[in-house]
Amino acid sequence: MELIWEGIKQAIGLLVSGDAEVWQITLLSLEISLTATAISLLIGLPLGTWLALRRFRGRGFSLSVINTGMALPPVVVGLWVSIFLWRSGPLGGLGLIYTPAAMVIAQTIIAAPIVIGLTAAALQQLDPRLQMQLLGLGASRTQMILELWHEARLPLLAALMAGFGAVISEVGASMMVGGNIRNETRVLTTATVLETGKGNFATAIALGIILLLLAYLVNLGLTWIQQRNVTE
Amino acid sequence: MKTPVLEVHELIIERGGREILNLDHLQVHKGETLAVIGPNGAGKSTLLLALSHLIKKTSGEIIFKGNSLEKIKELDYRRQIGIVLQAPLMLDKSVYANVATGLRFRGVPRRKIRSQVDAWLGKLGIQHLSDRRASELSGGEAQRVSLARAFALQPELLLLDEPFSSLDAPTRAHLLEDFQALLADTEITTIFITHDLDEALYLGDRVAVLLEGHLRQVGPPEEVFSAPADADVAAFVGVETVIAGKVTTSRDGLIAIQAETLQLEAIADVEVGREVFACLRPEEITLLPCGEDIECDPSPPSSARNRLMGQIQRLVPQGPLMKVIIDCGSPVVALITRSSAYEMGLEEGTPVLASFKASVVHIIPRY
Repeated sequence: MELIWEGIKQAIGLLVSGDAEVWQITLLSLEISLTATAISLLIGLPLGTWLALRRFRGRGFSLSVINTGMALPPVVVGLWVSIFLWRSGPLGGLGLIYTPAAMVIAQTIIAAPIVIGLTAAALQQLDPRLQMQLLGLGASRTQMILELWHEARLPLLAALMAGFGAVISEVGASMMVGGNIRNETRVLTTATVLETGKGNFATAIALGIILLLLAYLVNLGLTWIQQRNVTE
Repeated sequence: MKTPVLEVHELIIERGGREILNLDHLQVHKGETLAVIGPNGAGKSTLLLALSHLIKKTSGEIIFKGNSLEKIKELDYRRQIGIVLQAPLMLDKSVYANVATGLRFRGVPRRKIRSQVDAWLGKLGIQHLSDRRASELSGGEAQRVSLARAFALQPELLLLDEPFSSLDAPTRAHLLEDFQALLADTEITTIFITHDLDEALYLGDRVAVLLEGHLRQVGPPEEVFSAPADADVAAFVGVETVIAGKVTTSRDGLIAIQAETLQLEAIADVEVGREVFACLRPEEITLLPCGEDIECDPSPPSSARNRLMGQIQRLVPQGPLMKVIIDCGSPVVALITRSSAYEMGLEEGTPVLASFKASVVHIIPRY
């Protein structure tokens, strides 16, 4: 118990004292995960919409692949991204291994299937006749899709939250492609692993609390937007 | 002759190798309301979706204002028509925003949207609901919003797919009355799909009967209902005597109707001067043969308020029954047992007295 209490006290101390390294790690975690989530949204929203609205041969198979991708283990993603970005790998020439960019790539691969799958599910649960009604009211394809997104905005925001939640909390891929390099690629999850390994449980608990707080604040913002839409 | 607003030529729609719709020819003229009737599965909704350019046709041609739809951009066409579906699918927004949706899609300036939407909310009696969320509306209110949403677009052609079918009877009656008045007021060319014969009679300038994907009869309501083109149409329309007339008196719920050559009485609450259709089911009519032995007097006191003198035109055996078509000035169809027909010695040309109570006459107002 004393250990946990010590960890909580240390977390408050680190946050209040404005420890430069902790702030740098926190901001980097946020930057990498928000960037990966934003890219996942840019890929996932159109692709999920396409999967939900288009009827084509192999659609069911594509959805099953995407749904499997939602459970993609971060270490597997880390492994494959490492292989591709490794100096002797196919994309080694880009020199991205052990950089924040590599971590963004890995986290995007983790978050994208979640956003795609949940976007498709969100749009598929709308009344299919709504598309007919919107087209009948004179909507262009783009106007129709924008209206459908508006109708499904609550589950779509949930998809965004799920994507962000998956990447802010993952450690395997970040560790493998980022290398946990101090001041460069160390993020809250990899730092927590490191401190736990060194036996600095209080510091690890403190970092864990900051991570939870960060995830809570981002989700609080998204939930506020989501619920404002409910009562608007 | 004016170009029809919409023309259909040899339209065929197949799904999964099965023919759903096969229409030889159909025309709808400016300002006309065409009621398309048919049972479930007849292809009515498919027809509406095809005419809306929302599903692909297998073959044939749809012509809008003289131009084939194949030569008009799909979006341009859809922005000249209005569609009201059976379920009033509302967006999760305010009533105002819902009615404004189609205008917004067309890029109409905000101020014009405001005036247009307010005007149509007023005309449909739902101005007070303007700020309410669409999800909080009753079925009748939602359908009024759906109609306002379509009318606000001032479409060249209005297509409606059974918009009143899910409403309770009183709500439906009110909405039908308002809708009819709006159609008369705006003179929008309308195709109205329904399986309800009363709605078709009430709204249609012409009625088209769609059975198993084929148009079996198109004509004025009184013609379709009193002179069905074939047995299937007759079986579907059920009501076989339709007499058009005008209400001449109305007292204590009993009205008198003056048709072209005959007078009827009916139980209904309709104001004097209103044009109506008097509908009769054949089994409600009692026949009495007149001739040398039996003298018929159409005016003695009787509980049957309607007594029409006529002459048998045709006898059609139907199993144990006999359909008797009598010329009373207007054709009147009676259904009696075959044995009654033999006992009374009915044959073509026999003079008969057809009687029925005022309470069995079904009155449908028309405009």
